[in-house]
Amino acid sequence: MTTDVKFDQRTVAMTVGMKRSPARTTFKHALLIAVGLVMLYPLIWMLGASFKEGEDIFSEVSPIPNPFTLENYARGWEGAGVGFGTFILNSTVVALLSVIGNLVACTLAAYAFARMQFKGKTIFFACMMGMLMLPHHVLLIPQYVLFANFGWVNTILPLVVPKFLAVDAFFVFLMVQFLRGIPTELDQAAKIDGAGPWKTFFYVILPLLKPALATSAIFTFIWTWNDFLTPMIYLQDPRNYTVPLGLNAFLDVSGDSAWGAMFAMAVVSLGPLFGFFLVGQKYLVQGIATTGLKG
Amino acid sequence: MTTLTDPTGAPEASSEERMGDARARGPQGPRARKSTSLRRAILAEKIAPYTFLLPWLIGFFVITLGPMLYSLYLSFTDFSMLAPPEWVGFDNYIKLFTNDPKYLDAVRVTVVYVLVSVPLQLAFALLVAMALNRGLRGLSLYRSIYYLPSLIGASVAVAVLWRQMFGSNGLINQILAWFGIEGMSWIGNPETALGTLVILNVWTFGAPMVIFLAALRQVPQYLYEAAAVDGIGRWGSFRHITLPMLSPIVLFNLVLQMIGAFQAFTPAFVVSGGTGGPVNSTLFYTLYLYQRGFTGFQMGYASAMAWILFLVIALVTAVNFWFSRYWVHYDD
Repeated sequence: MTTDVKFDQRTVAMTVGMKRSPARTTFKHALLIAVGLVMLYPLIWMLGASFKEGEDIFSEVSPIPNPFTLENYARGWEGAGVGFGTFILNSTVVALLSVIGNLVACTLAAYAFARMQFKGKTIFFACMMGMLMLPHHVLLIPQYVLFANFGWVNTILPLVVPKFLAVDAFFVFLMVQFLRGIPTELDQAAKIDGAGPWKTFFYVILPLLKPALATSAIFTFIWTWNDFLTPMIYLQDPRNYTVPLGLNAFLDVSGDSAWGAMFAMAVVSLGPLFGFFLVGQKYLVQGIATTGLKG
Repeated sequence: MTTLTDPTGAPEASSEERMGDARARGPQGPRARKSTSLRRAILAEKIAPYTFLLPWLIGFFVITLGPMLYSLYLSFTDFSMLAPPEWVGFDNYIKLFTNDPKYLDAVRVTVVYVLVSVPLQLAFALLVAMALNRGLRGLSLYRSIYYLPSLIGASVAVAVLWRQMFGSNGLINQILAWFGIEGMSWIGNPETALGTLVILNVWTFGAPMVIFLAALRQVPQYLYEAAAVDGIGRWGSFRHITLPMLSPIVLFNLVLQMIGAFQAFTPAFVVSGGTGGPVNSTLFYTLYLYQRGFTGFQMGYASAMAWILFLVIALVTAVNFWFSRYWVHYDD
């Protein structure tokens, strides 16, 4: 696709005969805001409900808690048996190690694929692209058998070690796409200056790769923080539970009786995601667009 | 790294340059030694890519390709992890299709889920992307708001929220009561339970929307101008410019979202309390696979299910690409 031809938006709009009248624009904004509100309302309502007293959750559509109480948070934090703080800690450890693993392993692999010549490159690259589409469920059982043989069940190793082995092909692909946009002249200049591949990688490529690293870090954090199936298979002792497991266990124990506390902990579990979303939305949007479009 | 301490001093130069180098420095040292270090340098250059690729290579062979083949083998066995796998030939596959009505329920539920929720989600994504595209003020704010659900849609927290919202005393029924409509437990009714999960998936239209937005920006504006000169209206420009220009991205989103929808798990598990109920109406394929493999420890049987899922996803992807020649327009 050619992108070089760009017209001033307004000129085009006028020639096309779609000059926006103020009324039309206002209507459009009203509609977009309405849709946004409908979409976010459940979340806003849940936030409000987490501060409501007992039965109010079932009778109030308004998100504003009246009376306001923090009791749900106190009750939820105690959890069922194991405190919620433990789950948060476990999830944080798993998510941070996963981020480190993905950043190191996927960057190295991407650099090899994007910049180096070696035997078997075409085949390996095709394999990597194949892994992009491979359903995780095909590996669920054999990996479980493998990790069980290693004695890794009920530890976080099965959740973390694969990240250090670049199995999240999505990020390898994302970084390959990004690297293709960095001019190779930079590598060549470094080579002429006598830098080996590792020096070139650390001092030339890595600094330029920052946006892709940020995208990968944020996505990895969010995905591992949300992951439910894999931890559920490997972690059996509630003291090792991650946040989603803790939430689910709480739901199992309290059934439909303790929505206030459930909501409070759901809000707590979404907190870090919102944080990363607010800080890193630029990188998230970039990341999706980079992988979604040809580089 | 050996390359950095190599005595030739320029280990990264191409072999041609290095030959010249060696010749020029010929008198300074014995030739034999030079050629050894030269060989080492070439070797180092050949090995370097594999050192970068090492983690990926281990990941690929040890925890991807190996397990995949092992799971193919397991799918032809009876295996509970307590005893060694016992070869049973095609028994698992035959039983799945002839003697397991619950499996067929799972297939039906998943197919309905994929075929209904993905087109709805993409249509919504495209519609909103087009509304946002034309230099609208506050675009990035709208984009963020619409994108947010995509990030958290697969979380247990949101599934918990859904379970309350669509329950008998939930938010939806409270709102319906304003209009005098008496609600029911939407998740407790086999007719509507899957619908609540479809809504959840459509709610996460933000990720494909962001991709559409990026693609819309690449459609050259002069095409619209030319169309206007020719007197083609809004619908015409959409039908004859936007849609063809966007078609590769539609295909990309379609494939990506279908693969994702086939593997949906968390919402169904949490909303149904792990059962896939009521009456198997939310028994997603992966949920049933989990039940067989990790609750019933029928690892061979579950492996057969996993391989069928894998083949179906591969097939659907291939069919998508094959059919794409009839509707995807590539601009070269």
